Amino acid sequence: MVAYFVSFLILGLSICWAEWTMGRYGGRLGFNSAPGILHAITRHPVGRYLGVLGVLIPVSIYMYYVYVEAWCLGYAVNFLAGNMRFESVEEAGAFWAGFIGLAENGTAFRWGISQVAPYLVFVFVLNFVLIYRGIAKGIEWFCKFAMPTLVILAVVVLLRVLTLGAPDPAQPELNVHNGLGFMWNPSKTVLQERIELPDGSEGWRDLRELVRPGVIEATRAEIADNPELRIERVSIWTQLGNPQLWLAAAGQIFFSLSVGFGVIITYASYLGPRDDIVLSGLAATSANEFCEVALGGLITIPAAFAFLGLAGVAGGTFALGFNILPMVFAAMPLGDFFGFLFFFLLFLAAVTSSLSMLQPGIAYLEEVMAIGRKRSAALLGLITALGCGFIVYFSEDLKAMDTIDFWVGTFLIFCLATVQVTLFGWVLGIDKGMREAARGAAFAIPRIYRPIIKYLCPLFLFTIFVMWTLEQVFGVNLTAGTREVPGYVKDLFGDEPNLVARLSVMLVVTLAAFLAILAARAPKYSEPIREPEDAP
Amino acid sequence: MTAGGWLIMILSVGAVTALLAWCIYKVMSLPDEVDRLHGFEIETPDEREEPDRSPKP
Repeated sequence: MVAYFVSFLILGLSICWAEWTMGRYGGRLGFNSAPGILHAITRHPVGRYLGVLGVLIPVSIYMYYVYVEAWCLGYAVNFLAGNMRFESVEEAGAFWAGFIGLAENGTAFRWGISQVAPYLVFVFVLNFVLIYRGIAKGIEWFCKFAMPTLVILAVVVLLRVLTLGAPDPAQPELNVHNGLGFMWNPSKTVLQERIELPDGSEGWRDLRELVRPGVIEATRAEIADNPELRIERVSIWTQLGNPQLWLAAAGQIFFSLSVGFGVIITYASYLGPRDDIVLSGLAATSANEFCEVALGGLITIPAAFAFLGLAGVAGGTFALGFNILPMVFAAMPLGDFFGFLFFFLLFLAAVTSSLSMLQPGIAYLEEVMAIGRKRSAALLGLITALGCGFIVYFSEDLKAMDTIDFWVGTFLIFCLATVQVTLFGWVLGIDKGMREAARGAAFAIPRIYRPIIKYLCPLFLFTIFVMWTLEQVFGVNLTAGTREVPGYVKDLFGDEPNLVARLSVMLVVTLAAFLAILAARAPKYSEPIREPEDAP
Repeated sequence: MTAGGWLIMILSVGAVTALLAWCIYKVMSLPDEVDRLHGFEIETPDEREEPDRSPKP
């Protein structure tokens, strides 16, 4: 959590304020898309091509986000139908696997109340009807009431999770208290194995974490005669020296705050010169953090630990909630009702998010093709329908979704965040940027953020990016000093490449090329850019 | 969970809760702040009017 909060203070707030400020500044110059705004700030063609990332990322993520959105709706309906009364996590997992078509490609397109296809079609059509007909305002109004309700409901679920105790009496050590310890304890105890490093020297590699006193003692006795294994207590300072921790913390910050997505910069471009972007950014960020740290994290991780144990949590992904939460609701009175309400409200929240992911693409097509909103929405609808169809068809092990999530949802977000904060500090200029941010603000961005945004944040991002690339792309284990080609790279360039992974990357590259060609040919980007009269 | 774990949890959850509460307080207490505060408004200006921006013959 220390790494997470440092990342939040240095990266999250800096990039968030930079995006809001550059977006509004670009909007006052007449641009509403990331390529246009970065083109206006750099006054150089390279700006528009870098800005293409700000369209590519939300459009690509939208293609699989609607899939997850359909899971939420499908779960809500199935709770209502009484299909979610599971006896074990295995049952819940089997339902989820069958629901999304995890076993085999093409099986996600089967029709039925316990299949994702009808919900996906409904969700996809709903998104485009809302955005095409311009009636999304109603959803926004409804969410003003629905989202506080979701927060209250999350508090109810949290209270139930914290009082779960040990769900399986046969395994009393699998309890919420130990789950909280796994999440929050500053010192960790890990089981390590001896390895030979590439240079011939010896090293130790973490095998797994041991969180329960009983298990630690049992493992100690078990490995007493095995010199290849040892138990090590890792202090908080040792953990903070681990690059993987910082990589994970920064990645989580990007995703939870939606910074580096290209969405904030687009919406900020519609703001007026007297709107308060400093408090807007801080309020949105703090609300996100509250929901993530105080609600989401405290619900999912301890509950997953209590039901699945350490192995289940450690191997967990975002799918964890869809396997674990049905078990929590099953342990609650009126579980079906609360389950329905929770997933339905989650679905509504997801609708507002997916609509926001469409706006960067719509604004870009309007800008570069000089077309109206409806034609732009229709064209984007066609593009995303093809992409979404591809991702959902290749549902086996969620390979297509996972590949695009890795290369776009992690790799490209790092790239765009670095580009944005560097342009803000060094091209727009820290003084001009801070003056622009302060316009209409109830309070200015604290002065300490000048050196943070200009020097520390880009350096921090660059360092993390290099470490991330070394680990995740080149397979260098920075802790152990070993090297093994990661699965995502093997899928593309290994001896036995994965066809679905290759096609997924090809889909993203094709989309990027299409967007870049549009940027190159856009007449608007050849017109002279005039500073607004009240420019800072 | 150890005492250190409890301490970090209370500090973390307390910090984000206090930050959110402070933001809500500022928004509610400053005059006209609600009107000058924005998030991802779903209705954007290009939605209110449908300009025909295709090239004129």
